[in-house]
Amino acid sequence: MENGHLENLAQDIVKQAMKSGVSGAEVTLQEEEEFSTTVRLGKVESLKESAAKGLGLRLLWGTRSASSYTSDFSSQSLSRLVARTVAMAQITSEDPAGVMPEAELMATEVADLGLYSPDVSEIGADQKIELARRAEEAALAVDPKITNSEGSSFDSTSGTRVLANSLGFLGSYRFSTCSVAAVPLAEQNGNKQRDFWYSVARSLAKLDEPEKVGREAARRALRRLGARKVKTAQVPIVFDPETARSLVGHLFEAARGDAIYRSASFLTGKLGKQLAPEYINLLDDALRPGGFGSRPFDDEGVTSRVTPLVEKGKLSHYLLNCYSARKLGLKTTANARRGLSGPTVVGPNNLYLEPGTTAPEDIIRSVQRGFYVTELMGFGTNIVTGDYSRGAAGLWIEKGELTHPVEEVTIAGNLNDMLLHIEEVGTDLEFRSSIASPTLLITGMTVAGA
Amino acid sequence: MPVFERFFFDTYGLIEKDLESYLGEALGAGGDYADLYFEYTTTSSLLLDESIIKNATEGISVGCGVRVIAGDQTGYAYTDDLSPERIRKAAGIAAHIAHGPSQVHSVGLTATGTPNNYYPVDSPSTERELKEKLELANRADRAARAHDSRIKQVRVSYGDQVRHILIAGSDGRLVTDYQPLLRLSVFCIAQSNDGTNRLQSGTSGGGGRVGLDFFEGDKTPEYFAREAARQAIVQLDAREAPAGEMEVVLGPGWPGILLHEAIGHGLEADFNRKGLSAFSGRVGQRVASDICTVVDDGTIPNRRGSLNVDDEGTPTQYNVLIEKGILRSYLQDKLSSRLMNTSLTGSGRRESYAHIPMPRMTNTYMLAGESTPEEIIASVPKGVYAAHFGGGQVDIINGKFVFSASEAYLIEDGKITQPIRGATLIGDGPTALTRVTEVGNDLRLDEGVGTCGKEGQSVPVGVGLPTIKISRLTLGGTGVAAG
Repeated sequence: MENGHLENLAQDIVKQAMKSGVSGAEVTLQEEEEFSTTVRLGKVESLKESAAKGLGLRLLWGTRSASSYTSDFSSQSLSRLVARTVAMAQITSEDPAGVMPEAELMATEVADLGLYSPDVSEIGADQKIELARRAEEAALAVDPKITNSEGSSFDSTSGTRVLANSLGFLGSYRFSTCSVAAVPLAEQNGNKQRDFWYSVARSLAKLDEPEKVGREAARRALRRLGARKVKTAQVPIVFDPETARSLVGHLFEAARGDAIYRSASFLTGKLGKQLAPEYINLLDDALRPGGFGSRPFDDEGVTSRVTPLVEKGKLSHYLLNCYSARKLGLKTTANARRGLSGPTVVGPNNLYLEPGTTAPEDIIRSVQRGFYVTELMGFGTNIVTGDYSRGAAGLWIEKGELTHPVEEVTIAGNLNDMLLHIEEVGTDLEFRSSIASPTLLITGMTVAGA
Repeated sequence: MPVFERFFFDTYGLIEKDLESYLGEALGAGGDYADLYFEYTTTSSLLLDESIIKNATEGISVGCGVRVIAGDQTGYAYTDDLSPERIRKAAGIAAHIAHGPSQVHSVGLTATGTPNNYYPVDSPSTERELKEKLELANRADRAARAHDSRIKQVRVSYGDQVRHILIAGSDGRLVTDYQPLLRLSVFCIAQSNDGTNRLQSGTSGGGGRVGLDFFEGDKTPEYFAREAARQAIVQLDAREAPAGEMEVVLGPGWPGILLHEAIGHGLEADFNRKGLSAFSGRVGQRVASDICTVVDDGTIPNRRGSLNVDDEGTPTQYNVLIEKGILRSYLQDKLSSRLMNTSLTGSGRRESYAHIPMPRMTNTYMLAGESTPEEIIASVPKGVYAAHFGGGQVDIINGKFVFSASEAYLIEDGKITQPIRGATLIGDGPTALTRVTEVGNDLRLDEGVGTCGKEGQSVPVGVGLPTIKISRLTLGGTGVAAG
């Protein structure tokens, strides 16, 4: 994939828009190839292969703005899109905070962050199918109690992202990701449970062996067999890295600038305040080599950087794009994200909680009686108030040992209290998406069951 | 009134002979069935925040997906370029799923039209002036702020789309449809004025497969705005929800999400065909108390979940899923109905041309019963009344589902008393409805803003429920343990 023609197209559209008298223009372009396959019980269940493209446009008419999106790159369609967007921009509201970024913020060079590996698109469909097949085969071989499978899958995408604007910025970068996943089903005495595991990487070479993924998925499904409710109680809760990550995700939702300027977050007005114990540090790092949230510049063209969100337990920064930064009288943290078909919003780069010094096994061992959570369900998080109540499944802890699986319970608390009561942080930080956390131990929450 | 749209023929110069030849190509390696799905969608959306329009966005998405079914295997490819070369290329890629000589030598297409039009719209929203839509958002903003001085923030989002589709199948069917859809949503934040500055939020909204005149009836922007504001204000005085098992009364309308999560997903045929659902192999068995009849109905005029035809070209219908407590049928798409040797239910849906169809719900609701809502509430000595919900989720295999109440109250001695906050309900799909002990006579459908996600694909859906009482469900609050 050559970037040249896309860069030219993006610049052409910016020029075309500027000719129609707008005061600013921003064009985002993306082209990508997608492959996905599911293998179930040894046979290919589905195979999908395609190429897609999209162009997002944002125009300013004074301080009024409008945006648009198309997957149709014919010159006639693009001209019509520009004209319609100009017309829309003329009738939206005056909004001084919505103007173009300051020119000096624009990235001046495009760092190579290792986001692309050609091996993802170099191997053939047969080899990709084989990776998925091996993951499922390994899962099914673990135990006769693994009786069925929702399938194993292999997915990959690779593509190019381009941004051009009327400040003269032009940048592009290539990216790729691939993943292998397994979803086996375990069955014993009529009780059925499924779980999953996956590996994801920027390059095929960095993907875990499919057998390792399959075996881990089977282990997770098997340990859920015979799950039951527990009695309602207030006990310490250990979140495994997969579920702890969702808590970091809630913190992001609460610390994003657009929630703050609207006072729609429980973190409004808490800059500089102690949110969590001193050993808690939370960072947003857009420059991590090969990171799933890494990029050389954000979706407004601003140079990428590292932003500490929580330092020694104190809230030190909100995450901002240019708009929310202006609303709050602060500087952008290069967290602008634009899904092509929508407006520019605030998004995380690589947002993670720094690992602690206690091994996850030792965290579990330290709990007399508690709940090790491995799955969360539902949408019971209120970012305005911090109220938290979600469905959960996992394993019960008695005297430092995992005793029996638990399901059909909820865990509840308030994020303000939960943050203050992070008692332990594990050593097991691993990046499997743009948001990551090690194992966490939190006290003071309620488990609701029978 | 049958509808056959010339849109793709007129706009993209498609001709039937070409479609037939693409299908021939798709079956070139011997698949059992192939179809082409052409889609052209235009969307527009607005976001009003801080009493000004912060975003206005328009979008166009065009593409064609080619699917080939060979036994229980599916090959799929799509293109966002409708040139003959690119469609042929996609057909060639999708064909790879099969391994053998071509079995279908020629496909003769017959334009069948859709049998009904459940959403005739005189003036589609996408052709109306942006100013009219801005005014709807502004009206909602003013009404929410005027409702109560404690309303501090109002966000209004408006979105509409018009989708043209054309489906050509190797069974000779050639179907088109034209699907309008719009919604208006209001989100409010209220702040208490008693010195504690507590914050709470409320949401409301509505829409359907309608035109802008939808908002000229009783469902005005002001109606949704006042409802969102009311919810936020009520929540200001809410106390912590109790934790543990208790008797729960669900109010009418949107709480029908219970059916969607607890029952609906588990009855989608793909999971059942593979033995992956908690409901697998249970047709004919009791899965609910005998006062429960649950249907999935894609034919209700102008509803958000309704469709003239599903995304495989099959006319939608009124499907009885549970009749007086007995499981009657699953929701089928072409692949599963072939393999299970049962008839189609008009439930094959997909998010867009870039997605493989699968069995999905349309509008899922429970038929009305005989009790009055007042009687039902009066029959509860101690429990919870859930009036409104946020989202929900289900684990298909073990049947465990969860959903979050956004407006709920304690019931004490048969009376609704204090509002409670942060209440998530969790239960078990195959048993939850067996504990339904009362069904109200007040069936209500939701306001028309629901979206369902499955395997990464989002589709618009509807739900409905009369007031019902469930004798035992776990409530996940932080308050003192009940019972």
